[in-house]
Amino acid sequence: MIRVVLPHHLRTLARVGREVELQVEGPTTLGLVLDTLETRYPMLRGTIRDHVTQKRRPFIRFFACGQDLSHLPPDALLPDAVAMGAEPFLVVGAMAGG
Amino acid sequence: MNGVRVLVGTRKGAFILTSDAKRGRWDIGGPHFAGWEIYHLKGSPADPNRLYASQTSGWFGQVIQRSNDGGKTWEPAGNQFVYDGVPGTHQWYDGTQHPWEFKRVWQLEPSLTDPDTVYAGVEDAALFRSSDGGQTWQELSGLRSAKGNLWQPGAGGMCLHTIVLDPSDPQRIFIAISAAGAFRTDDGGATWQPINRGLESKYELPDSTAEVGHCVHSIAMHRSRPGVLFMQKHWDVLRSDNAGELWREVSGNLPSDFGFPIAVHAHEPETIYVVPIKSDSEHYPPEGKLRVYRSRTGGNEWEALTKGLPQSDCYVNVLRSAMAVDSLESCGIYFGTTGGQVYASADSGDSWSAIVRDLPAVLSVEVQTLP
Repeated sequence: MIRVVLPHHLRTLARVGREVELQVEGPTTLGLVLDTLETRYPMLRGTIRDHVTQKRRPFIRFFACGQDLSHLPPDALLPDAVAMGAEPFLVVGAMAGG
Repeated sequence: MNGVRVLVGTRKGAFILTSDAKRGRWDIGGPHFAGWEIYHLKGSPADPNRLYASQTSGWFGQVIQRSNDGGKTWEPAGNQFVYDGVPGTHQWYDGTQHPWEFKRVWQLEPSLTDPDTVYAGVEDAALFRSSDGGQTWQELSGLRSAKGNLWQPGAGGMCLHTIVLDPSDPQRIFIAISAAGAFRTDDGGATWQPINRGLESKYELPDSTAEVGHCVHSIAMHRSRPGVLFMQKHWDVLRSDNAGELWREVSGNLPSDFGFPIAVHAHEPETIYVVPIKSDSEHYPPEGKLRVYRSRTGGNEWEALTKGLPQSDCYVNVLRSAMAVDSLESCGIYFGTTGGQVYASADSGDSWSAIVRDLPAVLSVEVQTLP
């Protein structure tokens, strides 16, 4: 199971708690985790990645195991600790000043 | 229930205000979609329990919400707005051509007859239609052929913010774009023409009477006379008596003819309302006095409506989609401010009171008159 932590506004949109668990069928790449998340919660399509280009939205960040994974390509494998469910994969809304 | 439901979109959520027909006591519902920008929400004239809402965020993009029970519960609908074909380009701030990029939905206009058909006006300016209750959206791309390459964003973005459906002719739609102007289709959205003759923008455009480029702020129509349109432009209040073929200024004795919304009385097609704002540089009421102005002559002759509105130290704005009317026997007028107040008048504007005072900044106000 992959554990995914969503930001507050996406939790309310998807009507889930802080953390969701996903069964990812295949290698635990960034792209496949996001595909699986959007398949399970279709209302999240377009809110994390652009519908067409599949690029991460500008003010979304991906963190895990103390690392910023935001700039990984979609086919990059996530850390083993995430793949094994020991650590969560964090979808984060970037900080806003003011 | 015989009464009214006021749908309020704000910077931080949606609120639904309900009252019986007396409009003296109000129930405040919400926030719905707390923390999200709600640019607009509107009910279907064919089914008042069907509502649509545009929910947006700088972080998470666009969501469309739909309710089938008058706003008690909501479900996300489709949020994929893809321009038809190659998106093309429009004029950019630096004079170069810039590709069309979807940013958000400013306006949702449900069909007058089918609850599952709804139009969406978006930024960058385009018109989309859904015929499956908002699940999928198709662009009416002929609009961008109406000199779209010359359109240019204003400071507020290049948004399609006004959609007016002709109740007498389902093939005819009027729309307005900042800063491109007003446009009309007579064939259901396949082809469009600019309808900006008579507009003059001497401070905003190098060619003050250009065919496109005018900063139209809003357009209103009375359903009994769909050929008569009223417009609040950046500067100037205007009317057209021939479906936009020609406009003439009717600013008359207004203290300022800058402003954003314009509305028509539900039962008096020549009675119109605006909220004068000091200038494009100072977006608040002249002299710090919040005044709605009413003309009972279709323009030119205006009277200030002040009873119940703050007449000193008031520096709020009223945005383009933030004024609406109900259709009860004594027509109700409603508007929301950037200070979070929603004011209502149950007597055609003669007197006002605040339904609620401390909402987030109000972006839009729509009213449903319930049977």
